[in-house]
Amino acid sequence: MKSEQQYLDLFRGQRDLICQHSVAALNAVRDEAFASFERTGFPSLKEERYRYTDVARAFAPNFGVNLARKQFPVNPDEVFRCDVPNLSTSLAYVVNDQPVFSRPIPFVYSFSEAAEKAPGILEKYYNRLLSPHSSLFTLHSSLSPSLGRVGEGFLNTAFAQDGLLIYVPRNQRMERMLQVVNLLRSNVDLLLFRRVLIVLEEGAEASLLFCDHAMDHSSFLTSQVIEIFCGAGSHLDMYEMEETHTSCRRFSNVYMQVSRDCVVSHNNITLYNGQTRNTIDAVLQGENAEITLNGCVIADKSQQVDNNTLIDHAVPRCTSRELYKYVVDDNAVGAFAGRVLVRPDAQKTSSQETNANLCASNDARMYTQPMLEIYADDVKCSHGSTVGKLDDTALFYMRQRGISEAEARMLLKFAFVGQVIDEIQLQPLRERLHYLVEKRFRGELNKCTGCALCK
Amino acid sequence: MLEIKNLHATVAGKEILKGVNLTILDGEIHALMGTNGAGKSTLSNVIVGHPAYEVTEGSITFNGQDLLAMKTEERAHAGIFMSFQQPIEIPGVSMNNFMRAAVNARYQALGREPLKSTDFLKLMREKRKLVEIDSKLVNRSVNEGFSGGEKKRNEIFQMAMLEPTFCILDETDSGLDVDALRIVAEGFNKLRTPQTSALVITHYQRLLDYIRPDVVHVLLDGKIVKTGGPELALQIENNGFDWIKEESHEE
Amino acid sequence: MQQKDNNDFVRRVAEEKYKFGFTTDIHTEIIERGLNEDVVRLISAKKEEPEWLLDFRLKAFRYWQTQEQPTWGHLHMPEIDYQAISYYADPTRKKDGPKSADEIDPELMKTFDKLGIPLEERLALSGTAVDAVMDSVSVKTTFKERLAEKNIIFCSISEAVREHPDLVRQYLGSVVPYRDNYFAALNSAVFSDGSFVYIPKNTRCPMELSTYFRINARNTGQFERTLIVCDSDSYVSYLEGCTAPMRDENQLHAAIVEIVVMDNAEVKYSTVQNWYPGDSEGRGGVLNLVTKRGHLRGANSKLSWTQVETGSAITWKYPSCVLTGDNSVAEFYSVAVTNNHQQADTGTKMIHQGRNTRSTIISKGISAGRSQNSYRGLVKIGKNADGARNYSSCDSLLLGDKCGAHTFPYMDVHNNSATVEHEATTSKISEDQLLYCNQRGIPTEEAVGLIVNGYAKDVLNKLPMEFAVEAQKLLSVSLEGTVG
Repeated sequence: MKSEQQYLDLFRGQRDLICQHSVAALNAVRDEAFASFERTGFPSLKEERYRYTDVARAFAPNFGVNLARKQFPVNPDEVFRCDVPNLSTSLAYVVNDQPVFSRPIPFVYSFSEAAEKAPGILEKYYNRLLSPHSSLFTLHSSLSPSLGRVGEGFLNTAFAQDGLLIYVPRNQRMERMLQVVNLLRSNVDLLLFRRVLIVLEEGAEASLLFCDHAMDHSSFLTSQVIEIFCGAGSHLDMYEMEETHTSCRRFSNVYMQVSRDCVVSHNNITLYNGQTRNTIDAVLQGENAEITLNGCVIADKSQQVDNNTLIDHAVPRCTSRELYKYVVDDNAVGAFAGRVLVRPDAQKTSSQETNANLCASNDARMYTQPMLEIYADDVKCSHGSTVGKLDDTALFYMRQRGISEAEARMLLKFAFVGQVIDEIQLQPLRERLHYLVEKRFRGELNKCTGCALCK
Repeated sequence: MLEIKNLHATVAGKEILKGVNLTILDGEIHALMGTNGAGKSTLSNVIVGHPAYEVTEGSITFNGQDLLAMKTEERAHAGIFMSFQQPIEIPGVSMNNFMRAAVNARYQALGREPLKSTDFLKLMREKRKLVEIDSKLVNRSVNEGFSGGEKKRNEIFQMAMLEPTFCILDETDSGLDVDALRIVAEGFNKLRTPQTSALVITHYQRLLDYIRPDVVHVLLDGKIVKTGGPELALQIENNGFDWIKEESHEE
Repeated sequence: MQQKDNNDFVRRVAEEKYKFGFTTDIHTEIIERGLNEDVVRLISAKKEEPEWLLDFRLKAFRYWQTQEQPTWGHLHMPEIDYQAISYYADPTRKKDGPKSADEIDPELMKTFDKLGIPLEERLALSGTAVDAVMDSVSVKTTFKERLAEKNIIFCSISEAVREHPDLVRQYLGSVVPYRDNYFAALNSAVFSDGSFVYIPKNTRCPMELSTYFRINARNTGQFERTLIVCDSDSYVSYLEGCTAPMRDENQLHAAIVEIVVMDNAEVKYSTVQNWYPGDSEGRGGVLNLVTKRGHLRGANSKLSWTQVETGSAITWKYPSCVLTGDNSVAEFYSVAVTNNHQQADTGTKMIHQGRNTRSTIISKGISAGRSQNSYRGLVKIGKNADGARNYSSCDSLLLGDKCGAHTFPYMDVHNNSATVEHEATTSKISEDQLLYCNQRGIPTEEAVGLIVNGYAKDVLNKLPMEFAVEAQKLLSVSLEGTVG
């Protein structure tokens, strides 16, 4: 409990300050979440879902926490140009954990204005998927004891003070893609608790792009919890792109509840980072729902990326697809664990999971764990996983055509992750990401050139 | 153009070429025939610089340059092109990007400015017409999902783009029906200049009906055992290799 | 209609009785239940062991005491009371009769006859040399003389400790150290008997070697230990079979198999595991908690594990290979059938250390009744394993909607020239397949048997002939149900 102690002390000492700068719906669940954290602490490396990421160690240093809600002097529209510009998007900023809007955006609110603009929503949905009383976790633990943990999620609930609410009422549709630019901004090492709540009511539609960027060279530790509720027949298209620097650690937890006839896709793109742990838990609890989880990872230097997903088929006739690709170079460590759970009676489930990885250097390491846990017989489930190197024959073929070895390698790596990008429906975003990935492999991302941290 | 002297080469420690001598002058077409395992593909792989093959003795000069000291891509820049027996599929790499990288790498090696995007696309269009290749193929990943004939035609298209001076056609006829063979061979003939030389590796006369060789060599057990004119290929077509084997044993 | 037939079939399969569930009424010397240092010393003393071996046992025992039973398996393990088990049972000793190795209780001979094990050499037309182990003691080893002509050693491990102490001392615990895991530590402390095989250099073992294990006595655990050393340029094929009587309580079986393979040598290890699986309510049955590992020490060495697992209430075993020698080749072929309330968590570990090492994993799980069947496997490519390759394929077949089939592969790659591929599928027998068979006049249950045998064929084909027949029969017993 060594690593946990400073958080226990901090909470006990500053509870009133935390609550004072927050809203009622968040304060209402705070103490219970703290009690849960007190009881469980950080997950250890012995826990199945945390074999490859040492949470306690990442949270051990002494970070600053902005409990008093000091405003950071920043006008993001002026100082920041994101690498996926003007996809005809609505643009929202979250500076550390604080939403900032230069103009109102339909369906998008900060938690602090939610009581006024979307009354009752926070009270109804906030923290419901993390609550120790959630049916999700009790069901998990009866089948697979190791699944019942939410990592540092409890800690996030205990400390979160504001956040972003995306609420699309029944049969409404977000006209344009919402781009949320998460900016990390601090001149001291900072720990932040970012929180997002996405509620799509029956028949609602939304398409969301989250981009993580660091504007300062300090160390950042981000704890993020995104809860997603998809009502019957709703559509969600969601992208998370991380492009920060090597002193950034990101612990992201996405909890998703998917109702009948939903079509949901989530894409996780890790372009540049220090250490990243992305957890995604999706429960399909209505029939005929479809979910796609895709991701690609480019990691070199000493970067670490650990993606851990769970797709829970709780009812019959749902479809899930998953494709994750990694290129790990230098001393980077990649980990992927994808579990597909088909509960008893979830007949006619169809599930396909693929994880393909390239180790580009002899010091890079890759851990992969595709898992099927099946309790129903009339199902079509498969998974495949590969770890390999670049195809020597293809390299030779390209060199015979006069392409240098370095360029040939680049093209092959680019093509390898390109297959994940190709799955992106939105054409301008797809093209932009192809471009960014190529720049990334060429070491030309704006955060990489001339940045002292990345060398 | 190309001069090979006493070439010995091994793959995985096993000696395949055991002293090959071969001289090809500017504008000459040489056919190379021989039984399976005689070393035909080894010879072509050594010329283009396949990393798995090790030259243990001998030399290859290409227009006066020591070819064996050059990297595979440098040999390509010097004008050597191989039409592969089994062109590899490269999923995810578009023909466009692939050819652009190849053309520009060559231009750079020759000290020329890289092509502008519009010029490159124009060049692609021209050459595509020349070898009658479907634009759909060019929009796909390199060779991915191509039929055998499409792959071979794509090889000739790449030849058109890269304008080599020395071509190796490694069993370009294998797996092709007569019509496809004709189209590919005619494509090659169209691209030929009076200076272009070629080494045509084949088992059969039929390719040589379209691409007329000046000289025919027979490679057996790692050595060129017989050299003759076009009539030698016809003799082999009719009588096989046994009589040459016997001849060479007698020597 | 189709569905109903299928359900009937599954129900009948679930009620299938265990055919080897008889007990043998023989005098057996059993030591007091419970486990402490004195028991370890007593076992060692009864076997008149040298000091170093007692020392090994005591170290293992002390280590075991510091450990806790692992819980990571996808298993609901009943509480094991290690003090309620007797750790040594010897059926060869009459209560007061004189001790003689040649004098075998006729009842005991009958047991092995019933099991179809040819103990008498004149019956051994199949030409397989057999070591039979009942409870804690090796009963008889056949064909010893013929093997001795080739300087092949095939005997019980107790005898090997007496006759070939240097060999045993050199290799025992060198592949599975007593610290390896909880059950390995337990076995190292109390192992009773098992087989020892040594194939000298440049020797091709002229016949299949086989060990048959039988738990008979009540409230005893079986802790056998097998050690196989195949020296350079040699070959041996080894078969292992096992059965147990029907008992209401769980019986503990915690064995260790160690295999050492030297340069250019090849070992084939085949298992047909048919321990008592418990009744249709999940009462009783053997807890089969086994550590099997081969060390491919030499260059170009080869080891293949083939297993057909139909028995035991709980199976927890991962026959593994450590590929140290360059160019060594390891294979794992497995069919695991679970029925009723059986639980299996089984698979393999392939640890690649040498260059150009290759491994193949083919696993076929078949779940029926209310059973849970998990594949768990690790493929690890070490930093120096340049050019290593692995291919894994794990298929699950579900018969009925109350069972579970799970796949937990782990791949750890620390070398960029390696290629690791894993694929898994889950399926059931399609109604179309059944309809097709039915239309051709094949009854549903027989059709299922046919299809399952076809499904498992890739693995069954890897078994030596004599064993393949037995394995097919076993699959039939397990799954064709009560035909006729």
